[in-house]
Amino acid sequence: MSAVSHAELMRDNTIDDPTQRAPLVTNDSSFGDVTQAVAGVAEAKPPIGWLICFGVASVGAVMLVSCIGWLVWMGVGVWGNMTPVAWAWDITNFVFWVGIGHAGTLISAVLFLMRQKWRMSINRFAEAMTIFAVICAAIFPGVHVGRAWLAYWLFPIPNQMQMWPQFRSPLLWDVFAVGTYATTSILFWYFGMIPDLATLRDRAKSTIAKIGYGIFSLGWTGSARHWHRYERAYLLLAGLATPLVLSVHSVVSFDFAVSQLPGWHTTIFPPYFVAGAIFSGFAMVMNLAIPARAIFKLEHLITMRHLENMNKVILATGMMVGYAYGMEFFTAWYSGNPQEVFAFKNRAFGPYWWAYWTMVSCNVISPQFFWFKKLRTSIPVMFVLCIFVNIGMWFERFVITVTSLHRDSLPSSWAYYQPTHIDIMMLVGSFGLFFTLFFLFLKYLPIIAMAEMKTVMPQAHAHGDHHGPATKHAHTAGAH
Amino acid sequence: MAHSKVPERTSGDTKVYSYLAEYPTPQALIEACKAVRDAGYKKWDAYSPFPVHGIDPAMGIRPTILPWIVLGAGLTGMLLGLVMQIGLNAFDYPWIISGKPLWSVPAFVPVAFETTILLSALTTFGGCLVLNNLPDLYHPLFKKKRFAKATDDKFFISIESDDKLFDEQKTKSLLERTHPTALETVEDDRKVNSALPRPIVYGLLIATFLSFVPMARIAQARYTKTTDPRFNLVSNMDYQEKYKSQRGTSFFADKRTMRPPIPGTVAQDTLALDDRYSRGVEPGTNDKFISDFPPQFSVNAGAMQRGRERFEIYCAPCHGLAGYGDGMVARRAEELAEGTWVAPTSLHEPRLANEPLGYFYNVISNGVRNMPGYASQVTEEDRWLIVLYLRALQRSQAGSVDDVPADQRGALR
Ligand code: HEC
Repeated sequence: MSAVSHAELMRDNTIDDPTQRAPLVTNDSSFGDVTQAVAGVAEAKPPIGWLICFGVASVGAVMLVSCIGWLVWMGVGVWGNMTPVAWAWDITNFVFWVGIGHAGTLISAVLFLMRQKWRMSINRFAEAMTIFAVICAAIFPGVHVGRAWLAYWLFPIPNQMQMWPQFRSPLLWDVFAVGTYATTSILFWYFGMIPDLATLRDRAKSTIAKIGYGIFSLGWTGSARHWHRYERAYLLLAGLATPLVLSVHSVVSFDFAVSQLPGWHTTIFPPYFVAGAIFSGFAMVMNLAIPARAIFKLEHLITMRHLENMNKVILATGMMVGYAYGMEFFTAWYSGNPQEVFAFKNRAFGPYWWAYWTMVSCNVISPQFFWFKKLRTSIPVMFVLCIFVNIGMWFERFVITVTSLHRDSLPSSWAYYQPTHIDIMMLVGSFGLFFTLFFLFLKYLPIIAMAEMKTVMPQAHAHGDHHGPATKHAHTAGAH
Repeated sequence: MAHSKVPERTSGDTKVYSYLAEYPTPQALIEACKAVRDAGYKKWDAYSPFPVHGIDPAMGIRPTILPWIVLGAGLTGMLLGLVMQIGLNAFDYPWIISGKPLWSVPAFVPVAFETTILLSALTTFGGCLVLNNLPDLYHPLFKKKRFAKATDDKFFISIESDDKLFDEQKTKSLLERTHPTALETVEDDRKVNSALPRPIVYGLLIATFLSFVPMARIAQARYTKTTDPRFNLVSNMDYQEKYKSQRGTSFFADKRTMRPPIPGTVAQDTLALDDRYSRGVEPGTNDKFISDFPPQFSVNAGAMQRGRERFEIYCAPCHGLAGYGDGMVARRAEELAEGTWVAPTSLHEPRLANEPLGYFYNVISNGVRNMPGYASQVTEEDRWLIVLYLRALQRSQAGSVDDVPADQRGALR
């Protein structure tokens, strides 16, 4: 260690000197370097590694689509769902993917509002991840309704039956929450990308790229008057997305909490679900960013400081989730309600004990390693731990959904749920779809927010910041 | 300055769109902006690869009204969300769920919240684009090779020829004084006649027209009546793979979908082990009716009372309250005189007075000739109660003076 000078460590910003903030962009990059580094990824020929990964992922996506076709044709009986476990992997996968989808907006919006500039190198990733995760999530409730072609009944559309959706149902709240979330995330992501798409447009060589990027950059010129409204709009979107992100997983948790099933009917669910969503989402961002920064040589943009900060968030939210697990048991015991006590005893020591303890080891024990700086800053350690967190969070949703259902109040109908091949193929396939979209994004879109990145570089603010009492010469054509 | 090769005005009648000056750093841009602002120009703009800090005062850009538009949109979204839910679930389709009142506002909060955010977000996005005049896929500046750097690492000012103060020489020298690294003239090559080609216009018109057809068909279907069954795209609910009663099948040997019960099957609660009580006959026989009440049946005033009540419900409509066969149904049937009616037997026929109790029980249970059985409606216990009352009724109509206590006979007239 001593061989490396302090200044050296500061340069690659592994260490965080409180008296001197580590730079967010290392290597003394210029504006042009940033453009080249990011746009270069989209312009270069696809590396062989990318082709292989994309190929594998798209096989998974095709598998998912085939399974959905089979499911729509045959009915939901192709799944292992049965009475009393009428919700199983479908809802588990839904909540899992929606949860992952939370980190994106959280990183983009909440950290933006808190002026956490370190978010910039990862926010585009995270937002893309959000959108793809929400797409994967939306599939499951969409097809689990059984007659998937009637899923539009979920929306208040005037119809010849003269019927309307039931607005007091959490399942309907879910439709609105997830729908709004998907729309807002896509807007936020796309809006943030417009200036960067313009950069790609201006560098494009092939006609297809020129037309494609040209259309989607909407004719962005970088006009200062446009930037003015753009920045304001971005701030507004961030401000709107922040309460939204907290509300969405709360509403998802209402699907359970508003029912009266022991094991679901708890008021702790909304905050506990939100913490879990951030937890799993950050872990997923890590799992995506670590290989991407290595493959595309972006270590000077996504630095160790970013990764370490994310690990700290994972540690914090992991503790919250652990607290919630403990609190659930306390509440069950304190309630004095025998059904409630049974549900939780059964959860930890019943037939699904293995799922429960997988969840606890992955979610509560594994993040504890992040207390140690050495582990927190070791790439292999954090990569593996984040995979564990993702596994653990999938199991959390499985445990909540299935263990609460499989032993209901009528012992004669108790049953042990087992997934079918289709269940397994659909879960694997959803990862395929997710990665297919993600690899397309990595290759063809600006994966780092270039324009934003440039604003935090030292060249962007030289001597004498010009805020002060601004010289008010407001006689120019206004920007209204 | 080597770079200050002042561009010549292009020959021909191409209009000048603007003068474009390039700067290497954001600081140089800001200084230049201040100079242009102070010169009083209005139709000009600065271009940069990222939002330059402090450029708004340097250019004199006033704050945008976008936040106010979004606030309005948010409030509208909230109102619409509430009105939609209350209107649909409390008025148009009133629906009481978990005992909540129709106006259960707390249950409407989540959706109202989401519609607030949704409309605000859409308005933010759309509003920003509209205020910025985007999308605008073509801009004269795009013709300049140099300008491609505006999204990379160079900074530009463009003063448009539409500006009142625009003057070839003065504007040029103003920009030169700001030390640009390059200065160029931008031509306005936006064609005056930018109309779409004819075939495309016609194509669009036809497409627009055709797009109304499905709508019109739907509207028509909604307001016309038809005897055809509803057309379902997915017909798995119309033709279900299941057997329905009274349908044939090749699966079973007897070609019936309805399966007869296995011989000896007894339906729940119909196990009649006690022949006396359940069938009114001596054990093991079919027509040897018992002449006494079965042993578990006790005769008392309460039993008589309920027997009367059951009789008046189940028997009196035909047989009449007193049992003479003149109930309401019977009288109405006679009035109609349709010729198919068989009059209910008078329960006071002498023949019936001698029938054993079990016989009446059997008549109630299984019916007799044209009278249907009442076993499915009247429980066994109630049937015996009716028999009890019936017997009392017969006795009441067949009395003689001897039945009246001797000390009260004087009261008879
Ligand atoms: C729907 C009208 C109707 C009702 C209700 C009805 N009966 Fe009858 N009952 C008849 C008719 C009609 C006959 C004569 C049938 C025939 O001669 O074909 C009859 C015949 C009888 C007889 C004569 C049997 C015999 O041997 O000739 C008895 C006893 C009798 N009913 C008792 C009852 C009792 C007790 C009830 C109430 C539980 C009852 N009925 C309810 C229509 C009715």
